[in-house]
Amino acid sequence: MKEYRYVGKPEIRIDGKEKVSGAAIYTDDINFGPDLLYAFIVESPHAHAMINSIDTSEAEKYPEVLAVVTGKDFPYKFGLYMQDRFIFAQDRVRFIGEQVAAVVARNPKAAKAAAKLVKVDYTEIPAVIDQMEAVKEGSDLLHEDLENYNHVPWFFPKPKTNIAHWRKIRKGETQKGFDEADYILEDTYDVPRYAHCAIEYHAATGLCDKSGRLTIWASSQSPHTQRHLFAEALKPLGFTHKDVRVIAPHVGGGFGSKAGVTMEILAAAIATKVKGHPVRIMWSREQEFYNTYQRLGVKTFLKIGVKKNGKITALDHKIYWDAGAYVEYGANVVNAVGLSAIGPYNIENASIDSICVYTNLPPGGAYRGFGYSEFLFGLESHMTRIANHLGIDPIEIRRVNAIREGDKTAYGANMNPNGLLKAIDAVEKEIEWHKEFKSSDPNKVIGKGFSLLWKAPAMPPNASSSCFLKFNEDASINLLVSGMDIGQGYLTVMAQIAGEILGVPPSKIRTENPDTDRNPYEWQTVASHITWGSGNAVKKAALNARDQIFDLVVRTKHLPKDTLYLEDEKVKCTQNPNFELPLKDFVVDGIQMKDGTFKGGPILGKGTFLPEFSTAKSNPETGQGGHPNVHYTTGAAALILEIDKHTGKMKVLKAVEAIDAGKAINPDLVKGQIVGGLVQGLATVLYEDMRYDDKGRLLNPNFTDYKLPTAKDIPDKIVPIIIEVPQPDGPFGARGVGEHTMLPAAPMVANAVADGMKVRIKSMPVTAEKVVMAYLDKDK
Amino acid sequence: MKKISINLNGETRYVHVEPNDVLLDVLRDKLGIKSPKSGCERGDCGACAVLLNGKSVRSCLVLAVEVDGQEITTIEGLSKDGLTPLQESFIEHNAFQCGFCAPGVTISATELLNKNPHPSREEIKEAIAGNLCRCTGYESIIEAIEKVAKK
Repeated sequence: MKEYRYVGKPEIRIDGKEKVSGAAIYTDDINFGPDLLYAFIVESPHAHAMINSIDTSEAEKYPEVLAVVTGKDFPYKFGLYMQDRFIFAQDRVRFIGEQVAAVVARNPKAAKAAAKLVKVDYTEIPAVIDQMEAVKEGSDLLHEDLENYNHVPWFFPKPKTNIAHWRKIRKGETQKGFDEADYILEDTYDVPRYAHCAIEYHAATGLCDKSGRLTIWASSQSPHTQRHLFAEALKPLGFTHKDVRVIAPHVGGGFGSKAGVTMEILAAAIATKVKGHPVRIMWSREQEFYNTYQRLGVKTFLKIGVKKNGKITALDHKIYWDAGAYVEYGANVVNAVGLSAIGPYNIENASIDSICVYTNLPPGGAYRGFGYSEFLFGLESHMTRIANHLGIDPIEIRRVNAIREGDKTAYGANMNPNGLLKAIDAVEKEIEWHKEFKSSDPNKVIGKGFSLLWKAPAMPPNASSSCFLKFNEDASINLLVSGMDIGQGYLTVMAQIAGEILGVPPSKIRTENPDTDRNPYEWQTVASHITWGSGNAVKKAALNARDQIFDLVVRTKHLPKDTLYLEDEKVKCTQNPNFELPLKDFVVDGIQMKDGTFKGGPILGKGTFLPEFSTAKSNPETGQGGHPNVHYTTGAAALILEIDKHTGKMKVLKAVEAIDAGKAINPDLVKGQIVGGLVQGLATVLYEDMRYDDKGRLLNPNFTDYKLPTAKDIPDKIVPIIIEVPQPDGPFGARGVGEHTMLPAAPMVANAVADGMKVRIKSMPVTAEKVVMAYLDKDK
Repeated sequence: MKKISINLNGETRYVHVEPNDVLLDVLRDKLGIKSPKSGCERGDCGACAVLLNGKSVRSCLVLAVEVDGQEITTIEGLSKDGLTPLQESFIEHNAFQCGFCAPGVTISATELLNKNPHPSREEIKEAIAGNLCRCTGYESIIEAIEKVAKK
């Protein structure tokens, strides 16, 4: 394999010093001066109600209140994939916490006090909390005019039902496949909702100045998409894209919650009503829980048929999503899973129904893993159960069925090159799968669990990235991109890619957080596509800059272009070892000729990337025919779990995860993703879940009752393993890994519990209580 | 409104506060010290940790009037004369990802190392158990502190 100078090296994060010295500026750290206003939101106390009237008169009279706004001020819809929600509720609220009005005041205390004086008269109507109820014929409807909603062409809503989208896959002949099976396992699995819990809240400040310019500073994964959605929604007020600007400072964690548009549109809209004043809106921890996207809840019905040797003959996966009151983003989670709920397996006959159901709970949306954690819990539990039934090793059954390059995906496209089998081998060895583990404590048992993982970026086929690259006088570089470093190390990795091509160390490359006025377009920092997509744009910009450099040297020094190369911040020549031209001598000032004139000028690289082979066009009844996913990233994981037989208390003694990064541009950061993501995944299975009462009220919207793991709750040992089977169209062969790292956590815990305690937990989370109760009931 | 004085990062600062103003808001909004962050408003997350007379406290749970005449240190103060060995170690280990919890973790770890320069891994975990980090799984943070503890 080619040895690189900066790519593949554990470079120090270029934002490291900023973040440990306190210099890093997050959205709420920006000073807006004494004219800053504060907005406080009036929220719906009902899961489903008609708004009869809103009386704002008392609130308006409260001292230091400048404005009170309601849905009447903004009768505008918005949405990423489907326009099904309004900026503020209009005549109806559909979940507890939905924004009904906002009070803007000189200080936060006045805004909050005045918000209590806004009188909203509601008539409650029946709420549907459970997706299995909501999907029934005759259920109360959330959106009567669903058929009139604008949406992307790959969604298939069912009018006069609560079904916002139904993704169907029909591959091969499923019934025939089941007829040929020696054994069929059929069961259901439940996964509740989860909260992202970035430690930084959502925060946005909007300023509509007197000239009509609208600027929003937001903690954001999606500055350009936000600008687009703000401009589209507020078009009736006269805004065009050039009038709207989004500035995105450092982000204190995203995990999908700060993708698309949620509360940020409130800052944009409210600012237009208090022109000339910056207006700040920041969620509280409670609001983080009940009025941002949540991970969707899901109930799956899974049926798999196999031959005696473990080879799968057919799969039928029916997946019902509790998608919440608005699915403008969440419906694409449903779509992504519909395309991929076959798992990382080569299955000839498969039927998948992924059904997006409206419920009167907060909107579901992107959450690290984008639906894959949810279906993998059932699928990977199922695979181990089938192996156990057949008397086959759980790893072996996965090897038998593992998808390989060129096999057909669920939608009929070819599977990309991948290191799935290598990952399986690496995990099997590192975890010592075939060794017997026994606890020295007679009260405790040891269980081993295994799981595969796979995931593709879920994005429109024309999601694109771009980059400008500017050289400075000393040959340091400013890279202008619009992806967000949400912690994954994006800025550093982009610097490594550009540095590799231009022979400039990443420490001399400045990659800044974006401002949509100055930085070129990026769709969003989601889908774990950014190393791949934005990385390709950066690579092209660097190659473009290199080309300009070489052309100038050819023109002025008369050396053949194909003999030139860049190293140590110099242009060098393979034919003439004595030729060395430092970049700093000419990348801005040009090269001086004998007659005193200069040739060249500032070197400015430009690169854009769009996956031109991707298409979402396919047969809606079968899902066959398109190429909606650009590629899949695969991997495997296992853990050793110690379980107390009397209390069910569990401790992860060792966890191993191997992921095929294609090429780890920065292995240290990839390992950081594996460890961090795995712990986040373990949190969803061992500690967290969102509890709602039957009225649709969230019972645990805080860190006291919704338990995040602390430093004391992590596994004794986590071994991250990087597999590298290059992605042919990735920068240096790289593909994304960020979300994938949490995917195998839940099924491998459930599999380890089954191994150690001989009980099968089929609903998440797998808590100590559930485990011990199942154990006590086992022999009854 | 009451005028209080705080020895803030080695400098005496005067500020007018309401009886119900919490220290975190006063530091951020009235004194311009932005490293302590708000992450839960109830002492669960530790992002707002500061040193009060050398001991870490959750500044979201302390009323500003209580610290009248006391000494407060934030990471702006810790790195006044350049980064500390702990901060250098955090950089070297790529210990943080989004970085939002970094100031609070740094305060907790600084307090630990001040009273116990060579803590064990378990003592390190205990010391930062009140600081929630959603990105890293803590491993890289613990390793970075261990490295300093072994020196």
